[in-house]
Amino acid sequence: MSERIEVLKTYKTYVGGAFPRSESGHYYKVFDSEGDLLANACMCSRKDVRDAVKAARGAFKSWNSRTAYNKGQILYRIAEMMETRRGQFEEELSKIGFTAEEAKADVNASIDRLIYYAGWTDKYQQVFGSVNPVASSHFNFSLLDATGVVAIMAPENSPLLGLVSVIAPVIAGGNVCVVLASEQYPLPSISFAEVLHSSDVPGGVINILTGKKSDLAEHFASHMDVNAIFYTDKLDNEMAKQIDELASNNVKRVVKKPVEDWYASDAETPYFIMDFQETKTTWHPVGF
Amino acid sequence: MNTIQLPSITPIDHVAVEEKVGRLNKRSIKKESKVLALKMALSMMDLTTLEGKDSEGKVRQLCQKAKQPHPAMPDLPHVAAVCVYPSMVRVAKKALTGSDINVASVATAFPSGMAPLSVRIDDTRFAVDEGADEVDMVISRGAFLQGEYQQVYDEIAAIKEACGKAHLKVILETGELHTYENVRLASDIAMQAGADFIKTSTGKISPAATQPVTLVMLEAIRDYYYATNKMIGMKPAGGIRTAKQALQYLVLVKETLGAAWLTPDYFRFGASSLANDVLMQIVKQQTGSYQSGDYFSLD
Amino acid sequence: MSESITEEKTYKPTSPNSKLDFQSVWEYDSAPESSANLEIKDQYQLFINGKFVKPEKGRYFKSINPATEEEITEFAEATQKDVDKAVKAARKAFEGEWSKISGKTRGKYIYRIARMLQERAREFAIAESMDGGKPIRESRDVDIPLVAAHFFYYAGWADKLDYAFPGKKPEPLGVCGQIIPWNFPLLMLAWKIAPALACGNTVVLKPAETTSLTAMLFAELVKDAGLPDGVVNIITGAGQTGAAIVNHSGIDKIAFTGSTTVGKIIQKSLAGTHKKYTLELGGKGALIVFEDAAIDQAVEGIINAIFFNQGHVCCAGSRLLVQEGIADKVIMKLRDRMESLIVGDPLDKNTDIGAINSKQQFETVNQYLEIGVNEGADVYQSKCEIPDSGYFIRPTLFTNVSQSNRVVQEEIFGPVLTIQTFRTADEAIEKANNTPFGLAGGVWTDKGSKIFRVGKELRSGVIWANTYNKFDPTSPFGGYKESGVGREGGLHGLAAYVNLK
Repeated sequence: MSERIEVLKTYKTYVGGAFPRSESGHYYKVFDSEGDLLANACMCSRKDVRDAVKAARGAFKSWNSRTAYNKGQILYRIAEMMETRRGQFEEELSKIGFTAEEAKADVNASIDRLIYYAGWTDKYQQVFGSVNPVASSHFNFSLLDATGVVAIMAPENSPLLGLVSVIAPVIAGGNVCVVLASEQYPLPSISFAEVLHSSDVPGGVINILTGKKSDLAEHFASHMDVNAIFYTDKLDNEMAKQIDELASNNVKRVVKKPVEDWYASDAETPYFIMDFQETKTTWHPVGF
Repeated sequence: MNTIQLPSITPIDHVAVEEKVGRLNKRSIKKESKVLALKMALSMMDLTTLEGKDSEGKVRQLCQKAKQPHPAMPDLPHVAAVCVYPSMVRVAKKALTGSDINVASVATAFPSGMAPLSVRIDDTRFAVDEGADEVDMVISRGAFLQGEYQQVYDEIAAIKEACGKAHLKVILETGELHTYENVRLASDIAMQAGADFIKTSTGKISPAATQPVTLVMLEAIRDYYYATNKMIGMKPAGGIRTAKQALQYLVLVKETLGAAWLTPDYFRFGASSLANDVLMQIVKQQTGSYQSGDYFSLD
Repeated sequence: MSESITEEKTYKPTSPNSKLDFQSVWEYDSAPESSANLEIKDQYQLFINGKFVKPEKGRYFKSINPATEEEITEFAEATQKDVDKAVKAARKAFEGEWSKISGKTRGKYIYRIARMLQERAREFAIAESMDGGKPIRESRDVDIPLVAAHFFYYAGWADKLDYAFPGKKPEPLGVCGQIIPWNFPLLMLAWKIAPALACGNTVVLKPAETTSLTAMLFAELVKDAGLPDGVVNIITGAGQTGAAIVNHSGIDKIAFTGSTTVGKIIQKSLAGTHKKYTLELGGKGALIVFEDAAIDQAVEGIINAIFFNQGHVCCAGSRLLVQEGIADKVIMKLRDRMESLIVGDPLDKNTDIGAINSKQQFETVNQYLEIGVNEGADVYQSKCEIPDSGYFIRPTLFTNVSQSNRVVQEEIFGPVLTIQTFRTADEAIEKANNTPFGLAGGVWTDKGSKIFRVGKELRSGVIWANTYNKFDPTSPFGGYKESGVGREGGLHGLAAYVNLK
């Protein structure tokens, strides 16, 4: 009797709630820590960026107008789904060199991080909004509102916890995002997309691409319908400068927040939510 | 009585109305424009005495002041009208013989209006029969505040009919209407029911005329004009004591309704103690010296 | 965006003329504010390290009164070396005395500035109107009182910063380079300097080249207030001076208010550096007026939205979106109201609309008037008289325009309002948001729930509901999208001047 042939998974991207392969048809090989082929990941092109941004923009208004409670519930639901699939994540992390213990800790922290931000959805407005005592007969208050479509370049060396840590605060604040996964370790990102797909996250709110930062950074930065770009790795100077320059075309917010240790206490903070909020101040007369 | 399509509530923003008045109050009226405005204010005055203790002598004195506001300056314009109770109309009419100053009479159980409609109609007819050229009536604030707008309308229409040829000024008594929306609605009802003028106050209730209320009424007049091409007059009354206030009111008129309303035919001040301050300012403008009340006759 | 935007509805307002006659025998005589007590020097130097110093290259540029086209004075042109000196002085002050004193003491210096501004308010107002062309009614009643209030507000923050950022410890950034525009010269200076100092920074500020006078008077006041040398440095010059500040390696933060075009250039020049920046850029604010609004007050709001400060306001409401059923009425009322606006001498207390700030801006606005007409818009201007000399433009309305017209899309920065109509709230919101800008918007309705819904959906940093163009030091200001990055004013304005640890 011959041994059973394992069914390998084809890793795709996650755009608009669907799992397309790259529009370009290009791929790159992803290896495990032993150097064996793990998968042929999509090598996304500028057109994939275009499609993902379009999907994100389409989802923005509806996501941003969900109640804070509902956003919190959905983030919590992602955590729940992740918990049930933790084996899959642990296995993927193991293949790329995490020890069993490290993999377990990484998955634990990722799930907990989602719950952390789930709890913030209906609180950051209270902590960071304000009522402003203006010196006229007006009631004046400042609320926070999502910046819009955020392009995220996920941390290269923390393919799961880092990924979750950059996505969660962005969507907790009502934004939608297009995420470029860790180039070398893209697999957890697609597994995470499967979790998202089986949670209640509306299609288009989180879009995940795989490919080369050096190819895609400029398309993230130059896209006129992207409102902010976010990364936490230290990029080489040339790339960082190019991103800044291209971002100026539509006054994109460029958020670079170096994080070395995703377990550190300041790796989870409401200030990551605040980085993608616009303060909106409303005036109204007070009288009979 | 007529049944009408009653006016509906027009929303008014309290803060913005007061801001607008604040802005217009910043107008700086100097030099010739000041003299001109002061003389205009004088010519728009309804010189008023409405006291229980009014005597024939007091009324005659007021009429003299009306004709000749300041004997030292015989070229000054005379005031628009003398405003008295019905029982004094005949005295005033006689005292003003030969001048073209009108006699205005409050009527309709002024100032409360708390009498049966028939009594108020009789009151009006009496004043007109005595020779009143203008009748200043009060609306039923109680009915208005209860939402009996049809009644308010019908009563105004009835008084208008009783006035015959006399001009009808409808006093809203805005100090009892509480909101600008009410002031606006009462203005709309009064104009539609036949008012020739709408007037803020009796002078017996505080607050009497205010500039924001006046602005709201001027805007009602403007909308009525836009809709019907009919020009309705405006009379703020009560609490206007200084020339400076008078000028501020004139600015409101000028910048809300324009030139056509800047005449005694369409704008009046109801005042009992405004005249002398206006006179003192006119003399000050001419002589350059600040004035003393000792040189100006009491009303 | 959906296609309903490009496809205009068939309804067109009938564009009634004004109905009332405001030409009266009674016209206000001129009531000029006297400038006799304002001493203007023939020449102003740079204010660096607590001293007035001549520019290294010895070059000066003239400042023109836009209402008379006469020269007022001349200002030093700061070049690279002057910028170096100013940055060094600011660095030295930052590392020296300024960082050693307590927040309380810092606050007291700022309070002192606020009080001295109040004492000299009239003088500053007159200077502002002479130099920039804005009516004295505004510089006296709006600009200068807000300047003092702004310093007063931020003075109080200096010793309370630990309460501003929950869970974080704020630290000053260092030397801030600040570049401000010509529309609210002293007010923009206050918006920049007050929070920067409160947070413990030092500053190098450059006023706009056409409006440097009040900044230099302010420099004198800073000296009088006894601030340590180098904490506030004010250097004058044009675009090149600004570029030298932006590109200076000794600067930790750039704060800029001005056009989106220049803002983008600055953002680009800062690429690859570690300088923080806040940008307060252009706008094309929409005014949404619903049928159920308090119409007379809405009309007054529109007048304030577009004609305040000659329309030289980044948050000006320059696009009126009025619901069809009341469009004719609103336009007629607007026209009538425009007829009573007085255009002329900025120093006259009765002037509502002063002079366009500069010849260049005068030409820009006039070009847009031409563009509007060439694009087929109907133009209406009030009939008021305007002075023969100086840069004056009558208040202007454009009707018969759609989203695709340039006058609807681009920031004109002058007294020019475009008027479009809408049927449903969704349509109004869609049109309002159909712009790269996102600074401010207005909504007029008597219905509270509608205000909250429309306000929520407008993508702009300030929503004025049943009012417009109100400012207050406690109220954060700033834009979405291409209208800028960051906020100024209020608690949120502090974030622009601190690092959070």
